[in-house]
Parts: sequence; structure tokens; C-alpha cells
Amino acid sequence: MSTVVRPYGDTTGDGMVQLSFTLPLPAGKRGEGAALQLAGKMGVDPAMVVHSRAIGEQHTFYVVYGRVNHLVEPGKVVVAERDYPLLSAKEINAAIRARLRRKLVVVGACIGTDAHTVGIDAILNVKGIAGEKGLEYYRECRVVNLGAQVSVPDLVEHARAEKADAVLVSQVVTQRDAHLHNTREMSAAFREAFPAARRPLLVVGGPRFDELMAPELGVDRIFGRGTTPREVASYLVHAVGAR
Amino acid sequence: MSGKLGLDSAVVAEARRLAAAAGQPVVDLARQHTTVSVERAVLRLAGVGGADPDGIPWVNRLVDAVREQVGLGHGVAVPVFDALRREGHADLTLLAQKAAAGSVRFEVPEKTGNVRSAARKAVRAGIARIDQRRKERDRLVRRHGDPPRTPWVYLIVATGDIYEDIPQAQAAARAGADVIAVIRSTGQSLLDYVPEGATREGFAGTYATQENFRLMRAALDDTSREVGRYVRLTNYASGLCMPEIATLAGLERLDMMLNDSMYGILFRDINPIRTFVDQRFSRQIHARAGIVINTGEDNYLTTADAVDAAHTVTVSQLLNEYFAHEAGLADWQLGLGHAFEINPDLPESFRLELAHALLARELFPDAPLKWMPPTKHMTGDVFRGNLLNGFFNLAGMLTGQGILLVGMMTEAVVTPWLSDRDIALQNVHYVRQAAGNLHEDFTPGRFIQERAATVLGEAVDLLGKIRDEGLLEAIADGTFGIMRRPADRGKGLDGVARREPGYYNPAQDILEGTT
Repeated sequence: MSTVVRPYGDTTGDGMVQLSFTLPLPAGKRGEGAALQLAGKMGVDPAMVVHSRAIGEQHTFYVVYGRVNHLVEPGKVVVAERDYPLLSAKEINAAIRARLRRKLVVVGACIGTDAHTVGIDAILNVKGIAGEKGLEYYRECRVVNLGAQVSVPDLVEHARAEKADAVLVSQVVTQRDAHLHNTREMSAAFREAFPAARRPLLVVGGPRFDELMAPELGVDRIFGRGTTPREVASYLVHAVGAR
Repeated sequence: MSGKLGLDSAVVAEARRLAAAAGQPVVDLARQHTTVSVERAVLRLAGVGGADPDGIPWVNRLVDAVREQVGLGHGVAVPVFDALRREGHADLTLLAQKAAAGSVRFEVPEKTGNVRSAARKAVRAGIARIDQRRKERDRLVRRHGDPPRTPWVYLIVATGDIYEDIPQAQAAARAGADVIAVIRSTGQSLLDYVPEGATREGFAGTYATQENFRLMRAALDDTSREVGRYVRLTNYASGLCMPEIATLAGLERLDMMLNDSMYGILFRDINPIRTFVDQRFSRQIHARAGIVINTGEDNYLTTADAVDAAHTVTVSQLLNEYFAHEAGLADWQLGLGHAFEINPDLPESFRLELAHALLARELFPDAPLKWMPPTKHMTGDVFRGNLLNGFFNLAGMLTGQGILLVGMMTEAVVTPWLSDRDIALQNVHYVRQAAGNLHEDFTPGRFIQERAATVLGEAVDLLGKIRDEGLLEAIADGTFGIMRRPADRGKGLDGVARREPGYYNPAQDILEGTT
């Protein structure tokens, strides 16, 4: 493999790229010049505006083709590998069947005073988020969504009664670090209530968590902003299988 | 035999008869119960507005206080207007504030005649406002005109901030949108109250509030004048507050509302009884307000396979039609939903789409069907997505769909950018201009006719099963989508109450024409 590559239009090494964007400028010569200027700053030189179209009076859409002068060095690419494979719904169901020979039981809740179920519902409800169905959609998952403002003792009790494989907790409210306190309280309660080998997987999620804080908070995994149900399900299959 | 598909009219009649038989017990159930949200809607019609300093609406505080003291089984109208008379307060909001502080005693008096007429008078004033709004719409439609052709072009805005939504909605209307839908914040359907005021923060959508409704409607009235056609506004009733949101929509002259009979149950795990009771009242309000409902059958096809589950769409459309007619909605108000969701890699997928779309068209000839674009097979490949949307648009024109939700090639990538909307509208305009009347030349052959007959036959079989089992049991068994939703589970069940003898709901009496 060569150490350096360029984008490929129709000839090796031609460096041709195509891009499109909108500028908040009226259509016209000045706008096209501005589009070329942006392309130039992006390393596209020479660039051609092949299409421009006014969208209303204040905006113009441009399609630009041109030769990009940057080099790509594949050897230097660093990939942040996920430590578990991202599976499809079908693969997730098959993996649960193969590994557990029963349904995977997931208990979810918002704990403390947090009434924002938007996160837990996005992950658990069939409706899901961003076009991906929630865990309820997976045939091999049994989901018990306890909703909002669940106390930690209640959560432990439900997890025990349902024989939960995993407990998902969502925390949106972060005033005075409530999300961190609540998570520590929750993980301590589970540690006290279950022997280590029988404890359900503890997973928390929310927009303000640092995904690297899991050991510090005593949970198995933290998911941050933009997490999809499939990522959570893939992780659960992986982590339950590893036990 | 009729129409292009040559559907067997006896089978069609059988399907309708079975849908009615399956739906009737659920209507009876709805008549025997009330919910916190139905009662709050009654109070909203009677003029209770605003919220406490924590943002909890006064209607919630008042209904909770009544429920705590005397239960909901008699309805709130009598205990509330009885307390108003005894305590001598000038208005209901003041009473709500007192009740929230725990200083009002509620009871159900033995003689309720005077109290009932006071309640009826107050609620009648609210319904009269809805009537005025409907007349106002009729007047504006006459003045500015309807869109010059169908399908009506339906576009979504969803910034989370009503003050960002407004210019986007106006730009969309100028660019050719006939209907603007403001997507709600994720999770609003599970809130057991309606937020108050203008809102600027939402999750992937903007909260449905009375003030947001008012602001957007006023802005689109300006734009309607400017573009010379009446631009319609849509929001979402489905969820725990269906009756109240329907009421607020009527009061603020929204034109369409998402209102599905089973969406909340299946996709949001809302209790089935809560949903059917709330749905019936909300649809009675929509009927009165002249609002077109949009049903949510497209959702089934996002969870189940669009070919295997095609008949569940037909079944749901027939049930939605039955429940809608029962609630007083006319055919022109039934935006029954369906979608272009067949896997494009499947051979003959477009012919199958045409068969399904035409089946809906011919089963419901007078309903303005709501045609939903591909979402499940939009992969992030925006070029292929734009092609797929072109075929979706063509299918919509060929089969005479009434309301066309404009597909975005960036579905599953980003919330639509300005340019995405523009490209999507160009797609619609091109297809409409190039092939708008192609339906005149389109005569389906055996493949499409047979496919439609098969789907209808499967729908009849399933309706028969539902009639025998009972709709609630069928829902509990996971017949729709893949969800099992038992009638004694789900969110909002604690807000359902059985009606006691002497239950009084002045709004429902007026809407049903019994007073």
C-alpha cells in the first residue's frame, strides 16, 4: 500500500472531490466568489462552482467540484475501536438466544428526583430514537421500564424480582452533580444487595456523563450523548456473554 | 367490483362490518370511563388556564384536588362548580389556586341541577370559541384559497425553539409547503400535563403548548396572506394529554392533528383503556373544530416488514375509520396513514407499493390519505435516498394521495437542513409537473390487482380474529407491531376512573348533541 493517497475522481492521484453547502448570502457573483473562497480554505484548488441555487432571498446552495491539495496518510489513521462489536437487531437476538437460552431482562429507570424520561425512553421504547427502535423491539429482550423518580431501594427490589440481567439508569438533571451522586448511591446499593457474581450489569446514561468515569462511579458502563439503542443492546450482549 | 383494482365490494363491506364489531366493545368501554386528561380538557373549555410557579398547570392542580377528595367517577364539573358556588369565588383559576393550597372542600351535592347548568354555560363558552375558530378558518380558506392541486405538500419543522421554528415554517410555506407540522419534543407524549407558554428548549422537537400553537398559527396567517393560499398547521395529539391538546388545537385553530387510535398503546406503552377513552373525547373535539386527523399506520411498517405486515395497516385504517366516525368525524377529516416502506432491494417493490397505496385509496375514496415517505430504508446514502423519494412522490401522484409528507434524503442523518428541504421540494415539484396527471393513464394489471386483493383478504381474516378475541386481548397478545400491551398495564392507568351513576361531562354532552 502506498503511504500517501489522494481522493479519486476518474484518475489515480487526481484529488477530485465534490462538496455541497449553503451560505447565508443572496445568489449572485459575490456569493459564488464566497463559495470558491470557502473551497479554497478547505484545500480545494482549483475549485468550480458547478451549481448554485437561491433558497429564499437570504441563502444560496452551492455544489462545488475541485482538486483537493491535502494528502491522506492511511498509516497514520488512528481508529478508536469500540471494545465490543456493533450488531444488528437480528444478530443481537441470535446472540441472546445462543448465549442465554432465555430472554435478556433489562430493567430501566430514572432515579432520584429526575423526571426526564426522554433518555431512558429513547433507549427502551419501541419508538426509539433517530430511526432506531428501542430495546422493547428486540424479541429476545424483556424490558421493564419503571419510568421516572424511582427510588434506589425500589430499583434494587425490581431488579431482584425481575431477575434483571442489566439495569439501565438515565440521568439528565445535573444540578449540583446530582447525576454523579445518584449513580454512586445506586451502584453502592446494588453492591450491597447482590453478591458480585449475581449483580446485574449496571449501565448509566445521560448527556453530561464522562464515559471514562465508569470505574469511579462503580458502574459497568456509561453512555453519553447520542447513544443509540443498538449500541446499548450490542454492549449488553457482549457484557452478559463475557460473564 | 369497482375502481381500478376491481375490489370485491362484498369483501369491502365485510371488512367494515368486522371493524365495527371489533371496535364497538371498546367504544362501550370508553363510554364507561373517564380520565384525568378528559376532565382537565373540560376545565380548559370552562376557561381554566395558566400554571403554578413550578409550571404545573392549574387544571392539573384542580383535577388532582377533586380526585383526592371525591374521586373522578362523577366528573369534575359538578364538584368544581359546586365549590365555586359555595365558596363564592369569581373564577375557576382562583378556585384552582385555593384548591392547590388545600383550602377547598369538594363534594358531590345531591341536587346538581343549578350546578350543572353553571358548568354547562361555562363549557359552552369554550366550545363557542372553537366554533368561531372553525368559522374563521372557513373564511380564511375562502379568502386565500386552498392549494391549487393535491396532494398537499406536508413539511416538518423541528428546532426545539418556537422562535426558530417560525421563520423556518414561513420559509417552507414560501417554498411550496401547504401544511406545516411542528414536531414535538421527544417524550412529550408521556407527560401527564401540557406545558405552558412559549418554549425555546426541546429534545428533537418543540413542546406543544397553547402559546406555541398561537404564535405559529399567527405567523402562518401572515404567510398565507403573502403566498395567496391558506397554509395549514399540524401538531400531535397522541399521548397522555390527547383530550387537552385536541382542545388547545381547537381553541388556536390548528388545522390537522396526529391522532391515532393505537399509536400510544403500541409505541409508547400507554395504557390501552386510557388511550381509547382519551382518544374518543379528543376526536369529538376534532370533529367539532373541523380538524383533519392524521393516523399513524406508517409506524407499523417501521417495526414490522412492509410486505408481511401490509394488512395490519389496512386493519388499523379500518379501525381508525370506525372510531373516527363514531366520534363524529366526517370522511374529509380522515387523514388515514400509510407509508412507502418496502425494502427497495425486493424485486417489484414499486409495484407492491402501488398496490398497497391504491388499496388504501379505493377503500377510503373520500378520505384525504396521508402518504408517508421512506424512513426505514434510508441509509445515509443521500443520493439513493433522493431517488427513492422520487419514486415515493410518483406513487403518491399515481394513486391520488391527499397529503404527502415530503421525504428527506438526509433521513437518519441529520434533522433536515435548509438545503435538504429545498432539494426535497424540488423533487416533489418535478414529479408533480412531469407526471401529475399520469393517474389518468395508469391502469393496473393483474399483479397489482391480485396483490391488493390478497392484502384485503388478510385484513379481513385478521379483523375476524380480533372480533372473536376482542380488540384489547388482541393488543395484549401482540397482534399489532410486535408489542404485547395488556389492558391492565402501561402508563397513565392510574388516571382512569370508572364513571359513577350521575357522571356529568358538559363538554361531551354538548359535543354529542345530547343537550
